[in-house]
Amino acid sequence: MSKRIDVEDLNVYYGDFLAVEDVNINIEARSVTAFIGPSGCGKSTFLRTLNRMHEVIPGAYAKGKVLLDGDDLYGKGVDPVTVRSMIGMVFQRPNPFPTMSIRDNVLAGVKLNNKRISSKAADELVESSLRGANLWNEVKDRLNKPGSGLSGGQQQRLCIARAIAVKPNVILMDEPCSALDPISTLAIEDLINELKTDYTVVIVTHNMQQASRVSDRTAFFNIEGTGKPGKLIEYAPTTEIFNNPQKKETEDYVSGRFG
Amino acid sequence: MSTTTTKPGTSPVRESRLTRGQRPKWLIPVIGVGAIVVGAAISALIGFNIATWAIFAALVFLIVGPLLIGAIEGSRAGSDSLMTFLVYTAFILAVIPLISVIYTVLANGIPGLTSNLLLTSMNGVTGAQDNFAEAPGDVVGGAYHAIVGTVSITFWATLMSVPIGLLTAIYLVEYSNNGWLGKAITFFVDVMTGVPSIVAGLFAAALFGMIFGPSTRTGFVAAVALTVLMIPTVVKNTEEMLRIVPNELREASYALGVRKWRTILKVVIPTAISGIASGVTLAIARVIGETAPLLVTAGFATAINWNSFSGWMTTLPTYIYYQIMTPTSPTNPDPSLQRAWAAALILIAIVMLLNLLARLIAKAFAPKTAGR
Ligand SMILES: Nc1ncnc2c1ncn2[C@@H]1O[C@H](COP(=O)(O)OP(=O)(O)OP(=O)(O)O)[C@@H](O)[C@H]1O
Ligand SMILES: [Mg+2]
Repeated sequence: MSKRIDVEDLNVYYGDFLAVEDVNINIEARSVTAFIGPSGCGKSTFLRTLNRMHEVIPGAYAKGKVLLDGDDLYGKGVDPVTVRSMIGMVFQRPNPFPTMSIRDNVLAGVKLNNKRISSKAADELVESSLRGANLWNEVKDRLNKPGSGLSGGQQQRLCIARAIAVKPNVILMDEPCSALDPISTLAIEDLINELKTDYTVVIVTHNMQQASRVSDRTAFFNIEGTGKPGKLIEYAPTTEIFNNPQKKETEDYVSGRFG
Repeated sequence: MSTTTTKPGTSPVRESRLTRGQRPKWLIPVIGVGAIVVGAAISALIGFNIATWAIFAALVFLIVGPLLIGAIEGSRAGSDSLMTFLVYTAFILAVIPLISVIYTVLANGIPGLTSNLLLTSMNGVTGAQDNFAEAPGDVVGGAYHAIVGTVSITFWATLMSVPIGLLTAIYLVEYSNNGWLGKAITFFVDVMTGVPSIVAGLFAAALFGMIFGPSTRTGFVAAVALTVLMIPTVVKNTEEMLRIVPNELREASYALGVRKWRTILKVVIPTAISGIASGVTLAIARVIGETAPLLVTAGFATAINWNSFSGWMTTLPTYIYYQIMTPTSPTNPDPSLQRAWAAALILIAIVMLLNLLARLIAKAFAPKTAGR
């Protein structure tokens, strides 16, 4: 199920503005990869190129190769919709569909695509996805209540359940815990640890402890100044990035001497 | 919390240093009564009547009130109260015509609101019958054909303008990307908003005249004229409603591998549907009272006609217009006047019902957030 991603010479643009320059990175399957770096260095931008969400923004495009188990996502004739159904995404702010119940939110990927599904299969999918997101026990008695009636942390886990319900190969998470309290954060970190047995997980975080707790490998991005493109500075196993970084910039950043 | 807190009861009458002078509670009512008295006096000087009395009383109140409050509580409180009073005055001025219209229509319309009016047409009603009518209940003939006309013409206009308006708005918000076509459409929609309704009527009349021969008058021609008036309202409102749907929801849907058109259909529109539906209802309410374009497009009928595609039709506004301008009995216009007022009452009732419906729709479709 889970697939690896190899990025070759990727440049990411917003119109004329080069936001991320020349990234080469190999993301292992069945592992958690963390992106860290100062605000504005292009972590979200780069993450969004990994499932072709970047080009949703008018004028935005990317040049280079992103290989999912060897197949180029940006190759000719590739349908971004197919890509997105294989590479799911969880956003910084929980965004359950306000018009749908908890159950329908989990089934959104199926129902919005008008796929036929028997109600028994749907029930099973809802339960397994919610269990997978550590949310089942909290919501099993109110599956037909609106998803927006949940707490922020529960909503975020609902969004994760929604993402894994379409059975992607890779899950991208952009600061999934930044709006959450420490307990919900822990719940989601535990969840990420479980997810990596089945999925390739990529997570953007501003929280160094979080990166060191959950990730196997860490990528550090940096930017020289405003208007300059962001760059991948160093990519190594997490313990190495935090304990024995090769680059001075990385050391300054992870030890808090940045800026 | 801190050690400097004064014990309660040490100086019960000491004034707080945080407040300034405060006006006594009776001040504003007293100024009000004073203003009414003084207003009456000034008005009496130039020949008393109620209108000048009200104006002078209001002026006295608006000048004296803020000055007194300013003297007691400081100039900031004074200008604050001046602005507050001005806002209330503006509100009252705006509401007076509304209340007076509703009152007049109710007072004049209710006597004519008979079963005859609601259930019969003007077919075969002559001036002679009107001349015989002595009590309001004796009046024969009614507005049933006009209600039928209003309902069917509005129905066709809605049926045409809602899909066009909705799709235009969807194009503008979701697909145009601020391109030249989108800008051009926005410009023309804005121009259309300002088209006088009689021009829309002439346009429809000329269009059908060109295709089906001169002076083609049917309900459908009128519906086309109303469509021209409705489309910009529907587009503008729908556009606004679609724009406030957060982009995050669209992205959440894309990230699940859902196609754009499905995202629009199943996520964006359901999220905005309450606003869209109530906007449509208000657009209907707006065109249902149009008179001018109907005079030149639908003709005038006295008999019931359900078919918008052939024969002339009357709607409530044109019915009212003709009842007043050409009473059935020129020598005794009272029965016609009575019918006109009753029809006006029905029209206002329909518009109010539509407004109410818009609110109910908005409530019924609104995204559910409660349910903890
Ligand atoms: N929609 C956009 N249009 C144009 N430029 C953008 C857009 N979004 C981001 N940028 C620019 O791209 C650069 C990278 O932004 P990005 O959001 O990827 O940073 P980030 O690393 O995720 O920061 P943060 O940690 O604050 O989320 C910034 O210079 C930003 O101004
Ligand atoms: Mg970001």
